[in-house]
Amino acid sequence: MNVLAKIYVTLKGSVLDPQGAAVTHALHALRYEAVQDVRIGKYMEVTLEADTRERADELVRGMCDQLLTNPVIEKYTFELVEAR
Amino acid sequence: MKSAVIQFPGSNCDMDAVKALRALSDGPTDLVWHSAERLDEYDLIVIPGGFSYGDYLRAGAIARFSPAMRAVAKAAEDGRLVLGICNGFQILTEAGLLPGALRRNESLQFRCGMVGLTVENAATPFTSAYRAGEVVRIPVAHGEGNYFVDDAALARMEERGQIVFRYAGGHNPNGSVSGIAGVTNERGNVLGMMPHPERAVHERLGSADGAGVFASIVDSWRGQYAVQ
Repeated sequence: MNVLAKIYVTLKGSVLDPQGAAVTHALHALRYEAVQDVRIGKYMEVTLEADTRERADELVRGMCDQLLTNPVIEKYTFELVEAR
Repeated sequence: MKSAVIQFPGSNCDMDAVKALRALSDGPTDLVWHSAERLDEYDLIVIPGGFSYGDYLRAGAIARFSPAMRAVAKAAEDGRLVLGICNGFQILTEAGLLPGALRRNESLQFRCGMVGLTVENAATPFTSAYRAGEVVRIPVAHGEGNYFVDDAALARMEERGQIVFRYAGGHNPNGSVSGIAGVTNERGNVLGMMPHPERAVHERLGSADGAGVFASIVDSWRGQYAVQ
């Protein structure tokens, strides 16, 4: 089956996010005073073929650990959707 | 002493490194394309600055899987010298050959200009020509030089003398943890630094202080192979 992996990469909580801080300031300047914090991450879509959902899960985890994220500063979550 | 400068698609300081080495090293320097699988003949391997693979995904993330990087890992394991400058530093952290990671500069600005660096450890093969505590002038040019390690790792690195350069006088151009500009691995034979010593090898370039890095490397190589 074809699987679409929707992967969300974010900075670990302990890592400062200068882009997020700049966007927070810009939103405050636009009078969105309700904004408390912005963290900027990445969203990736990977389409792959796998026999089972478990196999797709294993493959995506491998890709995230090896290339798609840097475990020193980033963490990730993903969801798998059956694609046509 | 034989040196290699690895050229990736998107490297742009490769020729500066080659020229600095040809002027200051003791022996031949080859420019080597990143598809090279064997680098056994080289005593020093330089991973130069630039924007390998356009910095896509993360700076250095894709270059680290080049065939040459497997050979660089072997050189590091063998105890030969590896010097990563700027993008080369980013590639070495991505490859796990150096601790930590390099993030976007805190200011979000690309920082380009001469900076002062304090030599924190002058007892490495890369810094023996300097005095500990000496301030040297070497330029930076990067958008992602904001070094990160967690507190526990930083304490271990301090203890082992792995912090080699810090930005001097509190002028931290990128927000790096503890003002760090250059670090070695635990064994001390792999150095990564954001500033560009190859761009500061002659007074005409605004500073000749970077030449000390290359002089140190040559000294260390001579010491290693000197007839007892």
